[in-house]
Amino acid sequence: MKKFAAWILLLVLGASSTPAFGFPLKAVDTPNDKGNDITLSWPAPPHPPQQWVVLRVEPGKSFAAIDTIGGELTGFTDETAKNGVKYRYRLAGLGAGGAGLFSDYSQEAVAEPSWFDTGKLNVFIVITLFLALVLYYIGQAQRGKIWNFRPIAGLAAIEEAIGRSTEMGKGVLYVPGVQDIDDIQTIASMIILGNVARMTAKYETPLMVPANSPAVYTVADEVVKGAYSDVGRADAYRSDLVRYITSEQFAYVAAVNGMMLRERPAANLLLGAFFAESLLLAETGHETGAIQIAGTANVHQLPFFVVACDYTLIGEEYYAASAYLSKDARLLGSLKASDTVKILLILTIVLGCVLLTLGSPGLAEFFATQ
Amino acid sequence: MKREIPLLISMAAGIFVLIGFFVPHPAIRNTYDDIQQWVIIVVAFTYVLGMANLMRINTEQIQRRAKDWPYKLALVLSLVGTMIVGFFFSRGSHYLDDRTGFSWIYLTFYSSMSSTMFSLLAFFIASAAFRAFRVRSVEALLLAIAALILMIGRVPIGNAIHPAIPQIADWLMEIPQNAAKRGILMGAALGVIATGFRVILGIERTYGSEGGG
Repeated sequence: MKKFAAWILLLVLGASSTPAFGFPLKAVDTPNDKGNDITLSWPAPPHPPQQWVVLRVEPGKSFAAIDTIGGELTGFTDETAKNGVKYRYRLAGLGAGGAGLFSDYSQEAVAEPSWFDTGKLNVFIVITLFLALVLYYIGQAQRGKIWNFRPIAGLAAIEEAIGRSTEMGKGVLYVPGVQDIDDIQTIASMIILGNVARMTAKYETPLMVPANSPAVYTVADEVVKGAYSDVGRADAYRSDLVRYITSEQFAYVAAVNGMMLRERPAANLLLGAFFAESLLLAETGHETGAIQIAGTANVHQLPFFVVACDYTLIGEEYYAASAYLSKDARLLGSLKASDTVKILLILTIVLGCVLLTLGSPGLAEFFATQ
Repeated sequence: MKREIPLLISMAAGIFVLIGFFVPHPAIRNTYDDIQQWVIIVVAFTYVLGMANLMRINTEQIQRRAKDWPYKLALVLSLVGTMIVGFFFSRGSHYLDDRTGFSWIYLTFYSSMSSTMFSLLAFFIASAAFRAFRVRSVEALLLAIAALILMIGRVPIGNAIHPAIPQIADWLMEIPQNAAKRGILMGAALGVIATGFRVILGIERTYGSEGGG
């Protein structure tokens, strides 16, 4: 019935050769999109109709109704536009209050895909600055520049924990979190695992890596195999060092807790993305008397780790771990870049606060993200 | 070569995904979306590897009658049993529907055991809180006071004692807690970007195999 009414209107409008008087209708290519979208906007009339019929015309064709929308709306996105075609639009009121209510014809609008999302310009600037600084400091590091970084107790304790396990003749349990391999925390965990596996291979300490995702298992297995090979202990590598457990959260916790209680590892390294299972793992490990080092960027889990573990790597410390452990000058260069950007961001935040207080919101608005 | 090729692939994929974040044009975005789909396909294949690893390790231990082998047997039997029921006795692709053998196993066994594990959290929180609130230093004293105000302020008795207690609790959460949390988040975000660059630029090699790191 609604479609029939829309077509009646279409015929009436099609018969009209002169634009009817109405209210302005604006049609523009939707910015920062992948094309095929035109955004319409119009002022709310004093007495809105029950519904609007959106009419569209393209060169060589007559007006056609493309959609019927609520009369209270003042905007619409046509997602069926073809890229490069010039369209004009018109709105027609429908139902109670809609009789004789028409918009002006819109100006011509052409949908085009964007090559750059200007809404992300602020992110682009920070990323570009960051990349430039990383490259600059890597260059400095390659020319022999040495920086001093504050010592992080948790990272120094990793080697100590592995040494303790070796002395006690017990193993090291490495838990890489519960997220899949596409999570940056898991990627960072795999990087740290490479360093840990080198140490356990060197000291001939048993290593256990239970994985909760088959993709993490596959990558972790390669990392451990590579680490054992790197230190010339390929013969010590066993295919059961890394094992896939399950992708179910609490089933995984039950299995890992079982390993802690049965195998009694002397060191538990909980490094990765953790959620509700963080305290279940850390508290069980605490009860076994193992030295525990945890690291995560999940802020809500940090208090649990702080309480139950001997050392906790908090946020950025966790991501800095591989540079600290490997002491590779280029990796330390990236840390220097990270610290420099942090100082610049702090200064920008302070400046933004001052400007906002003085009534100038420009800087704060520029850094607002979508 | 075995090391360089994966590094080149990860570098190319990383740069492309980074560009795709800023460019909405279909020429880039469609491929960007396709790459996201490839990840799902690759992960699906790794399930076969994961499953093979799980079966191999556990069946070997059962055969050797290794320590705790009955637990491994329970795991293998549960796994194989659930698969048989899921594949052959659960109405084919409707295995997740109500009243199928698979959903019966899930609801009767897995769901109950999973809830049991989760509920243990209450006891672990109690024991962890007991340790956390032992006052041994000035910092621990501040933590204990803040926690006490917060806990009392979050329950009706807090308001009954004094109307200011819930307000102080809210202030603690909104101002000092948020400030610390945002500081950590910003540091972590920079760490994420730095880690991403290290992997994309190929200077982070500890995840690769063969050769020194």
